[in-house]
Amino acid sequence: MSARTLPLLFLNLGGEMLYILDQRLRAQSIPGEKARKDEWTDVDRKRVMNDIITTMFNKKFMEELFKPQELYSKKALRTVYDRLAHASIMRLNQASMDKLYDLMTMAFKYQVLLCPRPKDILLVTFNHLDAIKDFISNSPGILNQVDETFRQLIETYSCLSAGEFQLIRQTLLIFFQDMHIRVSIFLKDKVQNSNGRFVLPISGPVPWGTEVPGLIRVFNHNGDEVKRTEFTTDGNYVTPQREGSFDLYGDRVLKLGTNMYSVSRPVETHMSGSSKNLASHAKENTVPNPLAKEEMNFLARLLGGLEVKTPGGSETGFRLNLFTTDEEEEHAALTRPEELSYKVINIEATQEPGRRAELSRILGELEVAEPRPASSGKGEDLLALMDGL
Amino acid sequence: MYRKEKSIQLKSSSAALYNNLSVLRLPGRQLACFSAVHGPSVNVVSAATDGLGISHRQLQVKDGGMAVSTSVLTQAAWCVLPSRVLLVLTSQKGIQMYESDGSIMVYWHALDVTEHPPGQAVFARGIAAAGGRFICVGTSSGLVLVFDIPPKGTNITVSEVLEQHRDAITDIAAELGQAPDGTGDLVTADDAGALCVWSAGEEFTLLSKIPAFGCTCSSVKLWNGVVAAGYGNGQIRLYEAATGLLRAEVNAHARWIYALDLAPETGKLLSGAEDSFVHIWKLSRKPDTDDVEIEHCHAECVTDTQVCGARFCDPEGNSFAVTGYDLSEIFRYGR
Repeated sequence: MSARTLPLLFLNLGGEMLYILDQRLRAQSIPGEKARKDEWTDVDRKRVMNDIITTMFNKKFMEELFKPQELYSKKALRTVYDRLAHASIMRLNQASMDKLYDLMTMAFKYQVLLCPRPKDILLVTFNHLDAIKDFISNSPGILNQVDETFRQLIETYSCLSAGEFQLIRQTLLIFFQDMHIRVSIFLKDKVQNSNGRFVLPISGPVPWGTEVPGLIRVFNHNGDEVKRTEFTTDGNYVTPQREGSFDLYGDRVLKLGTNMYSVSRPVETHMSGSSKNLASHAKENTVPNPLAKEEMNFLARLLGGLEVKTPGGSETGFRLNLFTTDEEEEHAALTRPEELSYKVINIEATQEPGRRAELSRILGELEVAEPRPASSGKGEDLLALMDGL
Repeated sequence: MYRKEKSIQLKSSSAALYNNLSVLRLPGRQLACFSAVHGPSVNVVSAATDGLGISHRQLQVKDGGMAVSTSVLTQAAWCVLPSRVLLVLTSQKGIQMYESDGSIMVYWHALDVTEHPPGQAVFARGIAAAGGRFICVGTSSGLVLVFDIPPKGTNITVSEVLEQHRDAITDIAAELGQAPDGTGDLVTADDAGALCVWSAGEEFTLLSKIPAFGCTCSSVKLWNGVVAAGYGNGQIRLYEAATGLLRAEVNAHARWIYALDLAPETGKLLSGAEDSFVHIWKLSRKPDTDDVEIEHCHAECVTDTQVCGARFCDPEGNSFAVTGYDLSEIFRYGR
């Protein structure tokens, strides 16, 4: 609904992705001197983080992102993150990429749901950006790019009304509707129930600008207060201490959007079939998607701005596993429930020759050095190209 | 006081949209109908009042041609007129009107996208029957479209466009009780929190304007000349419709209010919000002082749920129904 939702969705999901990758890379890294050629070191980790962040905050990409537009499907967005995650020497198998995307989306869903005010989604975004700046604190060039995006966020969103922020929030909640994947760290912290639904506390500080519930005031026709009564409920609310800062630098106060992962708290998901409304999910997967053409145009525009590095010369891609062992990763790939599949469905490539050529050119620029699928004889099939990457 | 009763299961979950539950009672047919928007579709359920027999129907948003992306419905509500009942759906593309059981679409009105500045969200929202003859629907540009509804058939026309609001309309409500003369038939509310009170007719007249105080008014009700408004800061305010005077202020909820409903025979007010609470209040008017009173009657915590719709199921307010974001059921309570 709101045409200003995409930058917030992209940046927050991107932020969560970086938290998770950083944690997994730290967990799997070996001290430099002891590492074999195919093992992760600290230097590799910093390089991967730098590469992804540089790609994410690419100027052309950000320009496309901030244009007013409707949100596209989960599948279209997932393709962008696929590309982003491969912006460096790191490689992820399908199962690990699926798990990564599950974690990212459930984390941001949680943050959106628990935001005290709709406007606080901006503070959550700033928390993610503050942490991203920390990841690349030693690289002034990239730091500049991130600050630029920060400024653009402030410029775009500072003047929006509470009503417009609520529309953004409602748009995000529709995007996340019916997702109930259980996340181990959320279950342990008791912020998620075993049925996949989040715990909504009825205590704590009220949002900034809201009064603690309980007071009823009655006025006469002169405007004088003539009566005060109180009512009580099970809720246990208090007045908030201060408001978070919406400036480039400042104390955000809100903890949502800060890094909840650490090396000692590994990230796991459980595939949840608990959602009874698989009807809507299944339908999305089987009905031919008539919007595919528009989505491909969107992706082409967005990805056209994404510069992806190809591993040079003698370097081989390093594989990152989101699971604890290779066997676990394989098992996850085999047992992922059909309804939770992010598979891009087979659709007809666009027929317009001019458009096809342009998309092929853009994708050609993004191509990573991997064998191309054999030409189908119908010319470059857009989807085949993307599937092959 | 109110016990939880058997829920009604829905075919899909409810979306986080204002006033996302509508109830139609058909006492003569021992039937109650419920509708809740899922997103690109709306669930319409008919439940026999003896508890046996439930039938489901899902209506889809009409995309109106070239679809850029899946658009969503913003609201669904039954409009009861003397001659007929219509089910009205509002979306990002326009307004769909159906026969009350959702079986046939009788009218489609496409929103004029050029009316809106580029980059701004375009949608219709806010639905109410007024003046025994009209259905009023709001838009994201602040306009209120007044549709003239014939007693039967599909010859529905736009009779007027009301242009008093400058922000997206959130809710519209018609007088549910006995309005003292000149106190208005209709109230419209917008995203900025401004309220307008109108008298309905061949030409609608603006009677009073209640200025915003910095908070969105997401839900509004009009009863016996009193406007009850629910706001984004969790407050409920009562105003005199004729003068716009503030008569009561309640710190009702800890988060954004999503729904209000009123039981016209008793003056019971129902409020539901993102804070998981549903409250029941009692409105009254002291005949000698003309003071408006409001007292708290009952609180219900719908655990781990952000309430998005709440409606009384009978005119005395002895039973009510609630929907929540991401929930595939309608909770029911009664006494």
